[in-house]
Amino acid sequence: MTVSRFRTIIYIVAAIVSLAGLADSTYLSVQALTGETLGCGGSPDCFRVLGSPYARIGGIPVALFGLVAYFSAFSFATFAAFGYARARIFLIPTIGAMFLGTLWLLYVQAFLLHAYCRFCLFSAATTFLLAGLVIALPAGRDRSIS
Amino acid sequence: MKRYLPFVIVALVALATIGSGAMLYRARRPHVLSIPENKTLSAKSDADAPHIRGNPDAPVTLEEYGDFQCPPCGMFATFLGQLENEYDSRLRVVFRNFPLTMHEHAREAALAAEAAGLQGRFWEMHDVLYREQETWSKAPNVRELFESYAGTIGLDVDKFKKDMDGEQVKARVEADRQRGQSLGIQITPTLFINNQPLDPKDKNPEGIRAEINAALEKKTQT
Repeated sequence: MTVSRFRTIIYIVAAIVSLAGLADSTYLSVQALTGETLGCGGSPDCFRVLGSPYARIGGIPVALFGLVAYFSAFSFATFAAFGYARARIFLIPTIGAMFLGTLWLLYVQAFLLHAYCRFCLFSAATTFLLAGLVIALPAGRDRSIS
Repeated sequence: MKRYLPFVIVALVALATIGSGAMLYRARRPHVLSIPENKTLSAKSDADAPHIRGNPDAPVTLEEYGDFQCPPCGMFATFLGQLENEYDSRLRVVFRNFPLTMHEHAREAALAAEAAGLQGRFWEMHDVLYREQETWSKAPNVRELFESYAGTIGLDVDKFKKDMDGEQVKARVEADRQRGQSLGIQITPTLFINNQPLDPKDKNPEGIRAEINAALEKKTQT
């Protein structure tokens, strides 16, 4: 397998993983916007996390930021898979920012709220997987559309 | 063609996300009605008199449909205390029971609060139930805990036990629940400010304060 082909496969996998994160964050965003804090599998921990002040920034649900981030990651990965060079430039910092955001949210759950929300953990796993894929990208340049 | 394919894919995913999000939002968004004139507080008889805390003549009424086992209601109860201090005589709070079937002990907790209410200590029990929510929610025998709370807030425990099994408190909880259902309530806490439902997106400290301030301003103008 050529390096270029390997990179394309990684971008395609990253796009698919981003779709899973997008679905998760869409569900959480709708849940936050409708005030449906109860439809969380009956887990009190979930309620505690999603109903906490940390679940919003300036009144905007954190899940909405996640939705935008996953959609951006999906778009960049898709364009990168089709050889768009600029998309590759944007993909890495986007996933880097998502990774840092995820670390903060995990810290909040573990040390401030002492409760974990499974939807948030799923999102964290998705972001870690994306970060892993980006790290696995071979260095160097390949054929591209600018 | 290949050059445009990623644009098509991204556009399709964007449409699918917006579409599914909108459908989910429409399906989940509770369509809560305003409280009609014939169901406002003054229209109730003494037997069904709602539980009111604060100045009875306050210009703003915050009516809550709550479930004692629902964690967001527990968090809201803490915030409610702050609101009552902030707005003092300008705010009165009304509580109505809306125990959700998904919560194992919610109905029993509502009965306990109503039984305490028969001895004039509804709000004391309301506060204890929310403060101790985490403890009794996981307890195998909640009755014992509720009875201990009754003793703590100075109730006649024997009467409390009898009342908890009585028809009066069951009827009261059921009446509140039916009233809530007739208003389209599905989730807790559902809040009304001067009989107008609070938009779920405003169900946060800033949103609630903004709605109370708007209601106060409206009252000042009229």
